[in-house]
Amino acid sequence: MTRLLALALVALALVGSAAAAGPPRQADLEAEIVCPTCHTTLDQSSSPIATRMKEFIRARIAAGASASQIKAQLVAQFGPGVLAEPPKHGFDLLAWLLPLGALAVGVVVVGALAWTWSRRRGGDAETGDGALDPDLERRVDEELARFED
Amino acid sequence: MTGRAKTVGQVVALAAVAGLLALLVWKLAFGNGSGAAGALAKGKHPVAPAFTLSRLDTADGKLSLASLKGKPVVVNFWASWCIPCKGEAPALQKAYEKYRAQGLTVLGIDAQDFRQDARHFAKRFGVTYPVVYDGSGSTLGKWGVTGFPETFFVDRSGRLVGERIQGGIDTARNKAAFARGIRLALGKAQ
Repeated sequence: MTRLLALALVALALVGSAAAAGPPRQADLEAEIVCPTCHTTLDQSSSPIATRMKEFIRARIAAGASASQIKAQLVAQFGPGVLAEPPKHGFDLLAWLLPLGALAVGVVVVGALAWTWSRRRGGDAETGDGALDPDLERRVDEELARFED
Repeated sequence: MTGRAKTVGQVVALAAVAGLLALLVWKLAFGNGSGAAGALAKGKHPVAPAFTLSRLDTADGKLSLASLKGKPVVVNFWASWCIPCKGEAPALQKAYEKYRAQGLTVLGIDAQDFRQDARHFAKRFGVTYPVVYDGSGSTLGKWGVTGFPETFFVDRSGRLVGERIQGGIDTARNKAAFARGIRLALGKAQ
């Protein structure tokens, strides 16, 4: 049984790696590359340069190039701005880190506010004994007595 | 929340708003929204924005606009996929041949294009004037280029003269502006 399970895991790993090493898909690359003139991804654009870039990608896939090779060739021609997602290294790493940092700060601020508010409400509940102000209590009694008369 | 924390929060929020407002004011006051073309349209003669780009016609050569200082230059932005660029290419080449003896240079800037496509284009249209390659379009914002083709005129002092021509220089509406731009760049007309 253990041997069968191990064989199944190995088979799954092989299938997974074969899929990863397969040819890149045209549609995936068109969604990851930006048209330089219209600033949308290629799959959203039919401008002349977008059409030409789609042709280039098709030809490179047919020639056996990998996704990273095709992207590198497009970056060499049009600059890093052609990538829909900024690279995860160097200065461009900031584009990934800053939103995460902002999110972390937001979580801390909201958490601190929630904690402060919950403490204040708890404190109010603790200090309140439900007793009426003596003056108010006297007036309520007077009003009730008048009503009963 | 304590009174002190509340005050600090308000100060931080006010500082953030003030900072954003300052950025907006700075952008409005000093921002170069429409580049050199915008200044030219207002009747000014700004210095032509500098650039150094790789030449299309040589393997590793570079060309800077500064190296052409003292010469009148027609700067033409184009791309091989641009249809009006095909129409005007022969007229630009003809102008280069006609005025070269008077010191005028035509400088093509191929932008947002495949380098190889641009080389085919230049060969097909018999372009012999210098062409530089700006695949990322790094020059477009500074010059205020909004489409292709666009043509500018730089005089011997390195300032923009005439008007920015949008569209082919060979079209009926642009022919006169092109001729005037060349005269101004050569210093032959006011």
